[in-house]
Amino acid sequence: MMDDFLFRAVLGGVLLAVVCGPFGAFIVWRRMAFFGDMLAHTALLGVALGLLIGVDVRIGMIATCLAAALILAYGQRQSRIGSDTVLGMLAHSTLALGMVALAFVQGVAVDLMAYLFGDILAVNTGDILLLAVGGAFALGILAWMWRPLLALTVSPEIAAAESIPVERLRLIFMLLMALVIGMAIKIVGVLLITALLIVPAASARFFARTPEQMAIGAGLFGAASVLAGIALSWHVDTPAGPSIVISAAAIFILSAGFAPVMRKLTSGA
Amino acid sequence: MTAPLIEGRDLVLSFGNERVLDQVSLAIHPGEIITLIGPNGAGKSTLVKTLLGLQKADSGEVVRKRGLTIGYVPQKLAIDQVLPMTVKRFLSLTRSVSRADSEQVLGQVGAGHVIDAQMSQLSGGETQRVMLARTLLLRPHLLVLDEPTQGVDVSGQAELYRLIDEIRRELDCAVLMISHDLHLVMAKTDQVVCFNRHVCCSGIPETVRQHPEYRSLFGVREADAIGIYHHEHDHEHDLSGHVVGGCGHDHSHDHHAHGHSHDHGHDRSKTVKEGAGTNQ
Repeated sequence: MMDDFLFRAVLGGVLLAVVCGPFGAFIVWRRMAFFGDMLAHTALLGVALGLLIGVDVRIGMIATCLAAALILAYGQRQSRIGSDTVLGMLAHSTLALGMVALAFVQGVAVDLMAYLFGDILAVNTGDILLLAVGGAFALGILAWMWRPLLALTVSPEIAAAESIPVERLRLIFMLLMALVIGMAIKIVGVLLITALLIVPAASARFFARTPEQMAIGAGLFGAASVLAGIALSWHVDTPAGPSIVISAAAIFILSAGFAPVMRKLTSGA
Repeated sequence: MTAPLIEGRDLVLSFGNERVLDQVSLAIHPGEIITLIGPNGAGKSTLVKTLLGLQKADSGEVVRKRGLTIGYVPQKLAIDQVLPMTVKRFLSLTRSVSRADSEQVLGQVGAGHVIDAQMSQLSGGETQRVMLARTLLLRPHLLVLDEPTQGVDVSGQAELYRLIDEIRRELDCAVLMISHDLHLVMAKTDQVVCFNRHVCCSGIPETVRQHPEYRSLFGVREADAIGIYHHEHDHEHDLSGHVVGGCGHDHSHDHHAHGHSHDHGHDRSKTVKEGAGTNQ
């Protein structure tokens, strides 16, 4: 019989990986990995604010991620400062602000490591409920705008010519990403969430012929990484979050090695 | 005249201190063929982006007819290797298209063999053919072509122009063609707009050719070399776009053809007949 906490860890992790798959694919295509990283950094400020104001830290994290996405969307409208610089400034100043704010939180010992690297084994029923509802919401919206969002990723000009609201879709995608990252911190942590988004998507690239195949493949590889990571953590007693990322990286290396062999087999047939 | 499909009124746009669009007004009516010519850096692509609504003008307005469908063919479409995309899937980019329909339009542009290929592996000419196939599916009221033969070798260019003309006649749509190449002004062009951050002059090709501002923009010798790409259809095409019964192209050039002083190094014999013995 599987222990309850292990069951919750597996369920939460797999749910998150499935949600991260299609989002990760878009992050890879749109070259937004650094944007994801920035959002994750701001989540720590959300933890501090949540504790200070006395609201649930999960809500604090999601709220600050959404706010950061809006600030960035606004910051990208000007061109005097490059968007990578805006990203870097936001990421590090919010991280620093979060650390300073945490120093003001009294009476609560904040386990910083849990927020940096995640604490999947501490996932509770509330977390899973949030992931299920929030994840379904995020995936639903993404599915609804899948075709136009992909069109503007291929060419903003083609999309605009065919009356696709380019700016609005960009903003919605950024906000959805903020939501997903805000939900994910509890499980894989600030420093590892970007990895869970981009590594499975990169592995899926080797086997995909269409965008949809890559998005689904990313979800599958992500789920496999979560299962392998938890198994590793269970048997060898390694920290769970980093184990998941190591598993994802191992799958990537295997995919990179396996893809040429498979291509030969399929082209020979 | 009927209401324009799309109209830009007094568009002004500056990037920093540099004015890229200076009081530009341009209207495209149903069925009209407009060729926008101007040197590199004239702001042609910026104007197109503004008309499409991708770039907001500082002042002025763009009025788009309700329900207008625009087919846009860019200079070249570089689909990144990170994005897996078959030609079949690309044809369904903005709305779902059946395999049979995809095969049909690809056959029509002579690209039937690439249907399952990855977009990132196509040559420049193949990519443009696929782009044109997509516009056939879209059935737009207006076709916007931004230097559509940029990344294509010379022999392929004339073929692409022939295809564009064929598609235009099938769709019966208006065309806005952008070019920096004076030699490739479309046949049957109603209006040539000479553009360099503002509309220098416009009118039927012959009028523009005589206009002093046009001549100063491109230089007198270059200006004289304007070639109106004529294409007489005295031959038939099969479904895949191949000419049936030999090449009957007659690229006549009924204005004064002059020796070319430009440095494009292209073989122009395909598009413009060299005038024998004049001004060599």
